[in-house]
Amino acid sequence: MNAIENLSITGAKILFETPIRIFGQQLVITESQVNSWIVILAVFILCKVLTHNMKVRPESRRQIIAEFIVEKATNFVKGNMGEQFAGFAPFIAALMALSALSSLLSIFGLFSPTSDLNTIAGWAVVVFVMITFYKLKGGLGGYLKGFTQPIFVLTPFNIISELATPVSMMFRHFGNICSGSVIMTLVYAALATVSTAVFRWLPGVLAQFPFFQIGIPVVFSLYFDIFGSLLQAFIFAMLTMMYIASAAEDGEAAADARRQRKLNKQNKHKKQEV
Amino acid sequence: MELALEKAIILAASAIGAGTAMIAGVGPGIGEGYAVGKACEAIGRQPECKGSVTSTMLLGCAVAETTGIYGFIVALLLLFVTPNMFINKLIG
Repeated sequence: MNAIENLSITGAKILFETPIRIFGQQLVITESQVNSWIVILAVFILCKVLTHNMKVRPESRRQIIAEFIVEKATNFVKGNMGEQFAGFAPFIAALMALSALSSLLSIFGLFSPTSDLNTIAGWAVVVFVMITFYKLKGGLGGYLKGFTQPIFVLTPFNIISELATPVSMMFRHFGNICSGSVIMTLVYAALATVSTAVFRWLPGVLAQFPFFQIGIPVVFSLYFDIFGSLLQAFIFAMLTMMYIASAAEDGEAAADARRQRKLNKQNKHKKQEV
Repeated sequence: MELALEKAIILAASAIGAGTAMIAGVGPGIGEGYAVGKACEAIGRQPECKGSVTSTMLLGCAVAETTGIYGFIVALLLLFVTPNMFINKLIG
């Protein structure tokens, strides 16, 4: 019964508190921040090691791996967003690497930064800013007019659905990773309880040793930790690309419409002058 | 242990609410099962499209999962956030 009583499902622990105050809130350094620094460092070291000492004709295995990753990322972005967005490949690859490695930290028993809503909220806000930036390329008027389509009665719903984009993105990622870690905690506790119930007759410390925790959690971990993490990284990147590409399309269409209107006006003036 | 009954009511109501919120998991289950079934049909008809069908299906499944995830987040809030909030309100 001990395992069930000791079971604790908590969020990110606060490691230390800084004296800095922002809007009356104390700035604290949490476990998820420190773990995401670890992830950033890991990505940085990986990039440094893979791109070290590069040649025009690849000789080392490292360079071949690096070229493979870059080519895959570029083709992935080009295939989903179109040729003109090839410049997005580094951003999307960085997002995927951060998301996947953060979620995979839970394999090592560390708190994964992606099961803290704040981490993913940051990414979602970045994506939202980019979407709005590309929509604003068609001019502020066109952007605001987009909210009143198809009829102006729907304006509040359009605003809600615009804000729902980042919210649903961050809840999807957070919910999947967090539910995985909650289920893994429950599985470990249940296995410990069952094994102490079954091996009660063993002498001394051995009776309390959770034998069932060896090997059996791998099956669950494969799905919840590895498959779920990689899938969520893929989906977050995919949705980012789709939203940005469609926003750019909208902005482009609005800009075209504006240009057309200007041309028409000029033509009209010319006709009047003639 | 003053207000023990009130605290017990808050905790019990939160637990019942969390359990009820997880009924939201039914919808995505049915929807995703249907989507996977259709994907299996598509792969059976055109096995050469397996890769693109699978990745599109996974993306669609993840989007369909959102409602279930919302239910899960409501359950998490009911279990870990609201009981303390209401108990503090009761005391303070």
